[in-house]
Amino acid sequence: MRLAEAWRVAFAALRANRLRSGLTMLGVVIGVGAVVALVAIGTGAKREVERQVEGLGSNLLVVVPGQIDFSSAPSVSRLTLSDVDAVTRIVGDRSRVAVTVTSGETVRAGTRSRFSTIDGVLETTPKVFVRSIARGGYLTRSDVDTARRVAVLGAGVARTLFPERDPVGQQVSIAGVRFRVIGVFAPLGQSLGVDRDGEVHIPITTAHRLFATNRVDGIAVKAPDRSGIDALGQRIVAELSQRHPGTEFSAVTQEQILGVLGDILGVLTGVLAAIAGISLLVGGVGVSNIMLVSVRERTREIGLRKAVGARPRDIGVQFLLEAVLLTAIGGVAGMALGIGAAVLVAQLTPVPAAVTWWALALAFGVSAGVGIVFGVVPAQRAGRLDPVVALRTE
Amino acid sequence: MSESTGAAIEARDVRRTYQLDGVAVEALRGVSLTVGPGESVAIVGPSGSGKSTLLHLLGGLDRPTSGRLLIGGRDVAKLNAAALARLRNEVVGFVFQSFHLLPRTSALDNVALPLVYRGLSARRRRALAAEMLSRVGLEHRMHHRPNQLSGGEQQRVAIARALVTSPAVLLADEPTGNLDSATGASVLGLLESLNADSGVALVVVTHDREVAARAHRQITIRDGVIV
Ligand SMILES: Nc1ncnc2c1ncn2[C@@H]1O[C@H](COP(=O)(O)OP(=O)(O)OP(=O)(O)O)[C@@H](O)[C@H]1O
Ligand SMILES: [Mg+2]
Repeated sequence: MRLAEAWRVAFAALRANRLRSGLTMLGVVIGVGAVVALVAIGTGAKREVERQVEGLGSNLLVVVPGQIDFSSAPSVSRLTLSDVDAVTRIVGDRSRVAVTVTSGETVRAGTRSRFSTIDGVLETTPKVFVRSIARGGYLTRSDVDTARRVAVLGAGVARTLFPERDPVGQQVSIAGVRFRVIGVFAPLGQSLGVDRDGEVHIPITTAHRLFATNRVDGIAVKAPDRSGIDALGQRIVAELSQRHPGTEFSAVTQEQILGVLGDILGVLTGVLAAIAGISLLVGGVGVSNIMLVSVRERTREIGLRKAVGARPRDIGVQFLLEAVLLTAIGGVAGMALGIGAAVLVAQLTPVPAAVTWWALALAFGVSAGVGIVFGVVPAQRAGRLDPVVALRTE
Repeated sequence: MSESTGAAIEARDVRRTYQLDGVAVEALRGVSLTVGPGESVAIVGPSGSGKSTLLHLLGGLDRPTSGRLLIGGRDVAKLNAAALARLRNEVVGFVFQSFHLLPRTSALDNVALPLVYRGLSARRRRALAAEMLSRVGLEHRMHHRPNQLSGGEQQRVAIARALVTSPAVLLADEPTGNLDSATGASVLGLLESLNADSGVALVVVTHDREVAARAHRQITIRDGVIV
């Protein structure tokens, strides 16, 4: 029998039992759809995280007290500005060192107010991180040295407090203290679930007075190049450990952050895909089941085909193609469903679900493979039927 | 193969034993029979005597438990399942009591079915099938489905299907068993004229003594042996 003819016969058989074929396919459709959608969401989440971590700036080294393992809360910082000076001496360039001391405070302008993240920083911040100013300017060294009460507002803060006016030159009060707005950041949007447009930058020296502290929460260093970054991190950690005996410090690079986050998301995606894969497996068992029913129902047809010259192989191929067709059509419909679900997720949530070609190819291959694996037993059974017995079946 | 003696089918001391719950049922107990080209043979005998069993063996649908069986000159004992299927396709044509037409399939496609396993193109298959349907007088019923045909018409379609491959032998197991006597007579008349005109050998199992008498040769089976 020609293969084209076998396809035609398989297709006709599926059409003859439309409802049953459709319901059997549904199992495969849901399985494939779930795999495609979940892998798309996982891939999209991973890409988004990578984009945002890389968007912070390049060749970044973040120094914090304690160990970075993402599972314990950060330890209380004992770093001060004199430690920052020591780090600056190692780096040899003040403009490559950024620091923060962070607190949450209410910012008011007239009758409007907004709770914001107040970052006490050096004037170097825009040189270390990627941060662009939309209006006005940024803090200067003299602002920091003389602890001026000036502030740069995040785009969201500016929008809330000054919906109709240019905030630059206006007054705001932070924790009850008056500040002059000297600049507004360009919008950044959400990053890893944090609204980065809700930040307000003020000089670290001013922040220390405002918060009545002298602590520094973290130090970030922009290394001159990627190759020296690990050695630089080790020297900084050694210096800080010497200055604070008994306290541990860690220096992490973007690559390390990406690696850890990527691993977590990779495992998550894998687990989700495996769960979806189980539903595909269940769909496959359904295909197997319905093929056995089909073989039984068409025993007389099989007997007749054999009587007029069908070889066991011809019959086997016919039923195998029927199973493969069932799962392949189900697979294509499932891919459409999965893509649709991914697009919906991308539009309704911040996760930019990314449908990848390899995921589609894999899903289609697996569904066709499921057809082969679960079709083989019924097909072999059909191929081996004794024609005399088959013809006598009622 | 050079085993051929010119006979379409040759059986020598053929036996067929069924195992039924551990008990051996001897359906055929040593049957020898030769069907020559163009011959017509009628097989008669009481129910359960082994007529259908013999016909299945002669057509390569089943294999003898022992004995020698040549179909189209080839020893079935030496053929695997695929080769035996090919022999059924090329050398014999079957007509069954219950027609065995594929439902939801036109008369034309039913007749063309054996040609599918010859790898012929759809166009060629349909041309040959249409020709064969005309030979059995059904050129006006080609696109009818089995449930849109009378019993006699269905059996004519089955006969056309058996002959579309130009076999050497036509094997018919009580072909009129499901038909009323007038329709049965016309179907038998068709088989006889095809046998006479096209030279296809005919082996027909029947309960009808009158029908059997019209064949060249008449064989009676009782308890699995020819008497
Ligand atoms: N698959 C089988 N298993 C066991 N016994 C069988 C089997 N097929 C046939 N037989 C037995 O073999 C014997 C011959 O059967 P067969 O069908 O050849 O009879 P028959 O002459 O065609 O009868 P009828 O005229 O009723 O059709 C019977 O006794 C039957 O019970
Ligand atoms: Mg019988």
